[in-house]
Parts: sequence; C-alpha cells; structure tokens
Amino acid sequence: MNKTESKEWLYEINSEKSLFDFNFKEIWRYKDLLVLFVKRDIVTVYKQTVLGPLWFLIQPLFTSVIFTLVFNNVANIQTGTVPSFLFNLAGITAWTYFKECLTGTSNTFTKNASIFGKVYFPRVIMPMSITVSNLLKLGIQLSIFIGFYIYFVLSGSPVNPNANLVLFPAYVFIMGTTGLGLGMILSAMTTKYRDLTVLIGFGVQLLMYISAVPFPMGEILEKKPEYFWVFKYNPLAQIIEGFRYMTLDTGMFTWWGFFYALGFSLVVFFLGLGIFNRTEKSFVDTV
Amino acid sequence: MNNIILKAENISKQYRLGLVGTGTMSHDLNRWWHRVRGKEDPYLKIGAENDRSKKAESDYVWALRDINFDVYDGDVLGIIGKNGAGKSTLLKILSRVTTPTTGSIKTKGRIASLLEVGTGFHPELTGRENIYLNGAILGMTKGEIKAKEEEIIDFSGCAMYIDTPVKRYSSGMRVRLAFAVAAHLEPDILVVDEVLAVGDAEFQKKAIGKMKDISGNDGRTVLFVSHNMAAVKSLCTRGVVLENGKVAFEGGTDESVSFYLSKKEENKLVNFPILFEGGQINSFEVLDFMGNESNLLLGESCKFNLQLRIKNPKKAKINIRYQVFDKEEKLITTLNAMHLNANKVLKSEIQNFVCSINNLRLAPGTYSLGIVILDLNLRKYFYKNNDFYDFTVESGDVFKTGKLPSKENIGVYLSDQDWNID
Repeated sequence: MNKTESKEWLYEINSEKSLFDFNFKEIWRYKDLLVLFVKRDIVTVYKQTVLGPLWFLIQPLFTSVIFTLVFNNVANIQTGTVPSFLFNLAGITAWTYFKECLTGTSNTFTKNASIFGKVYFPRVIMPMSITVSNLLKLGIQLSIFIGFYIYFVLSGSPVNPNANLVLFPAYVFIMGTTGLGLGMILSAMTTKYRDLTVLIGFGVQLLMYISAVPFPMGEILEKKPEYFWVFKYNPLAQIIEGFRYMTLDTGMFTWWGFFYALGFSLVVFFLGLGIFNRTEKSFVDTV
Repeated sequence: MNNIILKAENISKQYRLGLVGTGTMSHDLNRWWHRVRGKEDPYLKIGAENDRSKKAESDYVWALRDINFDVYDGDVLGIIGKNGAGKSTLLKILSRVTTPTTGSIKTKGRIASLLEVGTGFHPELTGRENIYLNGAILGMTKGEIKAKEEEIIDFSGCAMYIDTPVKRYSSGMRVRLAFAVAAHLEPDILVVDEVLAVGDAEFQKKAIGKMKDISGNDGRTVLFVSHNMAAVKSLCTRGVVLENGKVAFEGGTDESVSFYLSKKEENKLVNFPILFEGGQINSFEVLDFMGNESNLLLGESCKFNLQLRIKNPKKAKINIRYQVFDKEEKLITTLNAMHLNANKVLKSEIQNFVCSINNLRLAPGTYSLGIVILDLNLRKYFYKNNDFYDFTVESGDVFKTGKLPSKENIGVYLSDQDWNID
C-alpha cells in the first residue's frame, strides 16, 4: 500500500471563525436549492386556505382603511392633494415587504433547527430564499396598489408619478437587503438569547411609527422639528418617503437620503452575513 | 492508490451541562474579556470526561477528546460505541452541522451525510417535488437529480403515488422515498447513521444491498455508525471504537466488534447510591428464584428489586420502566409498571419497587437492562440509562423433563407449550 499524504485538502472543518469568510462559490453551487426553497414557500403557504393568495391583498387593504380613518380622518393629518387612502397604501406596501423580510428571516435558526441539525448546506440560502419569495408577495400587493392608482387617476384625483420611478428597482433592493441584513443579525442573536423574539414583534411595530409610514415626513418637520432628526437618520423613513415620492410625487426627496439608505442597507447586509456565518458554525449546540 | 481522503486531528468538543440561561451571559463576557487580552478561553481548560455514571464535577463536559483517525480512499469505516460515547457528536462534526471546539478535520472529498432520511420533506409537496427538494438539500444539483429521477422513483417503489402529496403517504412509503433519494447521492465520502433500522424487512435488505453497492462496487468511502453489529460486520472494512469520547480501539472490523463487546461486559461496576435530580437510587438487585443475587434461570421466577429515595414523594407519581437489551443492543422486551397501572403517589421518601417475573422466558445469554424513572405528574425524567445493569440467564429445566434447551436453538424467547399427538 502506498499511503501518501498530499497537502491539497478540499476543505477543513474547524472552529476558526473569521467574520468575513464568505464562500460565495459554495453558495452558487447551491443555487438550485434556493430556487426550490422559493418554490416550496410559494406553493405551500396557502394550501388548505379558502381565500388563498387573496390574503396578500386583504392585509394591506384593511390596514390602509384603518390608517386612513385613524390618522387622516380622526387625527386630521394632511396628505396634500394625494388621496389619503392611496398615500397609506403606498407606505404600507413598501413597509410590508421590509417587515416580511425582517420577521421572516429573524427566526431562521430557531425555526429550521431540525433541518440544520441534520444536514449541511450554506445556511444563508434559507433567509435568502425568504427574501426572494417575499418579492412575489410584493408583486401581488403592488398590483392592487396600481389598481387603486388607476382608479384614482380615472376619477380625477391629481396623482402622478415622477421621474424618480426609474429608481424603483433600487428601492426594492434596499428594502430587501436591509430586511435581510437586520433579520440575519437578529436570527444569530436569538439562538442564544430568546428574549429577542419577544422584542422583535413589538419592536417592528414601533419601528413603523418612526419610519413615517402613516404620515408624511414633512408633517414632523412642521409640527415637531426638534424630533425631525429621528426620521432624517432613519434609513427606513427615507425609503418609505422616497417610495411615496416617486409614485405619488409627494413629500421630500434628497439624493443624500437615497444614498444614505443604500449605504446603510449594504453595511447591514454584509454585517449580517458576517454574523450569520459565525453563528451557523456552531448554533446547533445552543439552540 | 490508497490515499488518505479524510484526516481527523485532535478533535475535541466541549458542551456546557445543564440549562443555558442565567450565567450564560457572564461566561460569554468572561470569554470575550480573555480574548480581548489575547488569552486562551478559560473554559477550555476545565471540563469533565464524558462518563455518565459519575456525577458531574464541572459545568462543562468533553463529549469528544483528542480524536485522531485517518480514512483512506475506499474505506468503509464503522464507528461503534455505547450510547453517549460521542458517536453522534463526531457525526455532526463530520457532516459540518457543528464545529469541533478544538482540532480540525481535513478532507479531500465532498462529504454528504445521512443523519436522518427525509430531512426537509414537505408534506404538502408531491413525491416528485420532494425528490428535488430533498436532493438539493443533500447537495445535488437540479441536473444531477433529473438524471437520476427515474432510478430514484423505481428504487423507492412509489411510482404510483409519485404525484400525490407526501402527507398522504404511509410512513413506510415516506421512508422508502427518502432513502431512495439518499441512496442515489454521489459524494466522495458518505456518512451514514443507522438509517438501516427503518422500513420493512424487504426494504432493509434492499437498503443493505445498496449500501454494499456503494462501498463495494463503486469503491466509495463510507463512514458508518451503527448499533447493529451484524450490519457493521457485513459492511465495514475497518472499525473505530469510541469510549467516553476517546478512541479506544482502531483496527479491523472483527477485532473492533469483539473489542467493543468485551469492553461492554467488563465495564459494569455500578456504585450505589446513584444520584439524580430529585432523589437517588439506593440499591438495585437482580434476584433469582431463591432470592439470591446470582445468574437467572430459564423457566424460573426472578425479581428486579429497586430502592429509591425521592425528595418530594408526595408530589411525585413515579413510573419505572425496564428495557432488556441483548449483546448487540437490540431491544428484546420491556417491563413497564404503567402497563399494569402500578404507579401511585408515594407515601414515604424511601420506597422499594419490586418487579417479579414468574416464569422467565428469555433465552440464555447476557443481557443489559436499561432503566427509565419517570415522574408522571411532571412528565419529567428523573433518571434514564440504557445500559444500567447486566444480568445473565442460564438454561434451566423449563419443562421439568430434565432436558435443558440449548442456548443456540432457542433464539430469543422460549414459549410455554403443550404437545398433543393423536
């Protein structure tokens, strides 16, 4: 027998953790798995429900109606020439995508502990697939938004998009990566400290209010200018406001805000990926 | 031709005992503080050996300690050991589910692991969709699965139901389908954990045959973990015996199996009392028909006598379950107080539990007794040990004819019988 030992190892399993040790080649090798997970999520989510994908529509519609009643009719917040209902629907559609990405990915480890404990694949495939399948939900919700948009235009309301609409893909990208990035950070932390799962539920609720979803940012500047910085430096508020600006031509848009949100999303995404990678190596022992 | 394909170097794995809760954060902070100052993790120095019979002295335990072994291309390596010897931990590390605390595994091939078949099966998807999903989870690409789809369906024997959601499948069909996907993986190194213990006899035969194909004809490297010594003997070319988280023996299959079996017998010195949370086992005796601690006789009566001390007897409703295992760790029979409604709230702290068997029907041989002490009120295990006590049954004059049935001819169980010849 000739037992040789060469130095060309394919890979090594050890406990060394470096924060930025991404194996993109490996993730690429598992791209089919990503596609299949997305397919699974879409096919199975509304099996055995009566209304099926209609649930995607009911949620934003009802929320918009409530917001219109509470914030615009009762609290008397002005949305300019734009119909308040359409204003709320735009904010909620954008917010929902971010929220679904965040909450969907934030329990990746705890929810998939049984699969992750049995077989190895790049764990990051799981949150990525959630972000991608949420795109479909966003698509459905956008179609209802567009439907109402056309209705309001035909009934003579002065609504129109502006040139910023070309930035639409960029906004979706920013929302997705911010949600995914924050979700990955949270999912890594919840493996050890479950307290966070409690926090996420109502934290997201609070976050919605400081992200200017139910009211325009201008309203804050006008009524409580001393708190305006909260909204100015909240990238989510910048995204929501920007989304309404390009679709309804209302509110404040600055290129500074746009690039600030874009930069934030990239930082959060790579930070999340790093923390996620560190956790995936040994989370099985703590879950 | 026989190159090292996988090399395990000084693998150790430390686990923290008890609950993760208070104290977790302080240990984390302490660890971080040591790291900041460039010092070694303070908790790596401590930690008890992985030996369940001793009471824990430290909060940390080494599930594996300094494991070294090489696997050569084409080897079928059997990894054997008692429950809790560290086999599953080693498998988890090999399949990259978790990482070793120290040490490393270097490999030249792609590893696919079968710790459980059917991981990721979704009940709402059809059989065919699940083949793709499960295959992809196990590391196959869509193209690879497509090329083998017909073969997989054929092997599973589920062709008729392949477009029906898996939730309508019988559990046996589900396992067949899952194993079929797994069996058609083509990694360089396959890690298998006792998947052979599933399915009906015909399918088991098919599965073992497939395993032999994989290792024999295709010359693939396989790491096989099992309790089934017969399967280890027939499949493996080499063996590693783990004991208390260390490699106790490494060598040929037959030598490894016999080392394991002999170790099992000499390792049986139980010291009483055995402490557990909420009480202790004061004593345990296996008594023959005369009431002596000695070997039992086939066809005679015997008693298992257990004395417990429970700290809060009024609150507990204790159930005792014994399980009898043979030498190859196959479950032979169960003695469960619950089946006879023989569990009640205790009156005093110290209580005797006597389980009597009138007419012992176990074939001669050595058995190991597992014990589970359960609190039915709290649905909580007080104590659980699958390898608690050993006893030996000798052949006896069962039918009062003076003819002792021989060990070899009985099998496992000898029934009461009457013969009428007209």
